[in-house]
Amino acid sequence: MPAIETRDLQRVFSGGITAVAGVDLQIPEREIYAFLGPNGAGKTTMVRMLTTLLRPTGGSARVAGLDVVEEAGEVRRAIGVALQEAALDPLMTGRELIVLQATLHALPRGEGERRAERLLDRVGLSSAADRRVGTYSGGMRRRLDLASALVHEPQILFLDEPTTGLDPVSRKSIWEEVSKLNREGTTVFLTTQYLEEADKLADRVGIIDDGRLVAEGTPDALKAEIGRPHLEVVLSDGRMDRAEEIMSRFGKPLPAKDGAALVELERGAAGVAPVVRALDEAGLVVESLDLVQPTLDDVFVAKTGYHLEGSEGPEAEVDQAVEGDS
Amino acid sequence: MNTLRVIGALGLRSIKQTFRRPQLLAPILIFPTLLLAIQVGGAGRAVDLPQFPEVNGFLDFMIAGAMIQATLLAGNSGGIALALDIEMGFTDRLLAAPISRFAIVLGRLAGTAALGALTAIWFLVIALIFGAHIEGGVAGAFLIVLLVTCSAVAFGGIGAAIALRSGSASVVQGLFPLVFVILFLSTAFFPENLLLEPARSVAEWNPLSFIVDGVRDLVISTFSAAQFFEGVAALALMGLFGVGLSAAAMRGRLRRG
Repeated sequence: MPAIETRDLQRVFSGGITAVAGVDLQIPEREIYAFLGPNGAGKTTMVRMLTTLLRPTGGSARVAGLDVVEEAGEVRRAIGVALQEAALDPLMTGRELIVLQATLHALPRGEGERRAERLLDRVGLSSAADRRVGTYSGGMRRRLDLASALVHEPQILFLDEPTTGLDPVSRKSIWEEVSKLNREGTTVFLTTQYLEEADKLADRVGIIDDGRLVAEGTPDALKAEIGRPHLEVVLSDGRMDRAEEIMSRFGKPLPAKDGAALVELERGAAGVAPVVRALDEAGLVVESLDLVQPTLDDVFVAKTGYHLEGSEGPEAEVDQAVEGDS
Repeated sequence: MNTLRVIGALGLRSIKQTFRRPQLLAPILIFPTLLLAIQVGGAGRAVDLPQFPEVNGFLDFMIAGAMIQATLLAGNSGGIALALDIEMGFTDRLLAAPISRFAIVLGRLAGTAALGALTAIWFLVIALIFGAHIEGGVAGAFLIVLLVTCSAVAFGGIGAAIALRSGSASVVQGLFPLVFVILFLSTAFFPENLLLEPARSVAEWNPLSFIVDGVRDLVISTFSAAQFFEGVAALALMGLFGVGLSAAAMRGRLRRG
């Protein structure tokens, strides 16, 4: 039984605005599925329908084997939800919030308090447990939101843009926690507008644009679908015509870019050494050489015709954070 | 069973929220107390007017109006707090939990009811400190707390309905002046027989007048069943209206998503 299954799921708002225009999904248990798309693509509307906050206007959706309309109450018992922008009361303390969440899920008071203690410790908020949420940083709020979504040990966790607006270190800490939860058996459905997040975290990625699922698969399969890695060669003596002629023997030539000759390698990375040897034998002096793997952004461009907004920033920031940590 | 626990937990949160946010607490206790002090201090000789009801002092007459003013503002503050919950997405957190949807409204109203009881006790204490007499005695005081608590629920229901319908704290806050218009067009601050037309006719049929008079009667005279049950009937009417309106507004919000 899939953890999440939708058939032709649709949501049209009053005024005829179509937010989700017939999406089919099959997400098996224990998978991390990332829904990737720009602002306004329909990601949050999908999450709101799957978490029973919004009724679909067409199609059907089952979560944990339960219909989101007919068995909404049961669905709510099976899922944990951390919504966009961490919907937390700034006047409550972290502990109060998790204990309240435990009460909402009918856990006995003592058990709720024990779980609050454990979860606050898990997300590194024990020392801030009795401080008001209003004094928390963005990263702390997100971690608290995540902890509160876990209080009833849900089978399926929905995270709507869990790291939007966070600094790189906080983002990395959320990623680690989500991966850990998944290893413990939780199915995770997350929405994101960050390519890096989808690439690093997800088993499978669904690209949504204008309310439609335009591509779906593992990050590697999606990248492979749009092409093999390509080689970018810059010569110190500028004999580009000759270089392109030689390189065309090893794969499909691509239009030159920024003074570099490009070729899509038929044999992938294994094709690099023969190209270098051939250039050397021809007496050409290589100044720089880059093997460029397709990215999810390339996939996004190929499928939608435009770049995903903000795709550069977080990748670079997180890379720096990871480097800083190591 | 868990629904009662949830209502209790949300009610407790609502009370804490009010005490932690001074702008929610101030209209409930401070403004009505100040207005009471100003009115009693400045217009105390109103009791000498011909046809003014028999009272021990102007404070005895005014205390019921102050209590109902406080509960109206408590209802308004509760509505503002609920609208803030909607704006910040906290209501979505509650809606994503396996609880009765109406428990969310009832939790808020439970908090408003507790604040209503608190205001009743606050003004009874003030009345006694400054020399007012509660002619209805201890039983009368108990009935006053009961009526004021119920009126907080009724007015809170209307505040909640507006919050759920609009989803905007500023819209609910914008109704603040209306509270005073409704109050001044009732018998809260002046006896009906001394009001001029058309205020007099409006006050005669204003449900708030029946509620205020029900409470006032327990302060200025011994228990009168007719007066008390008129107040209860007006409260029941407003309560049904307020709670019914908020239930409809919640259904509407869920439908719209």
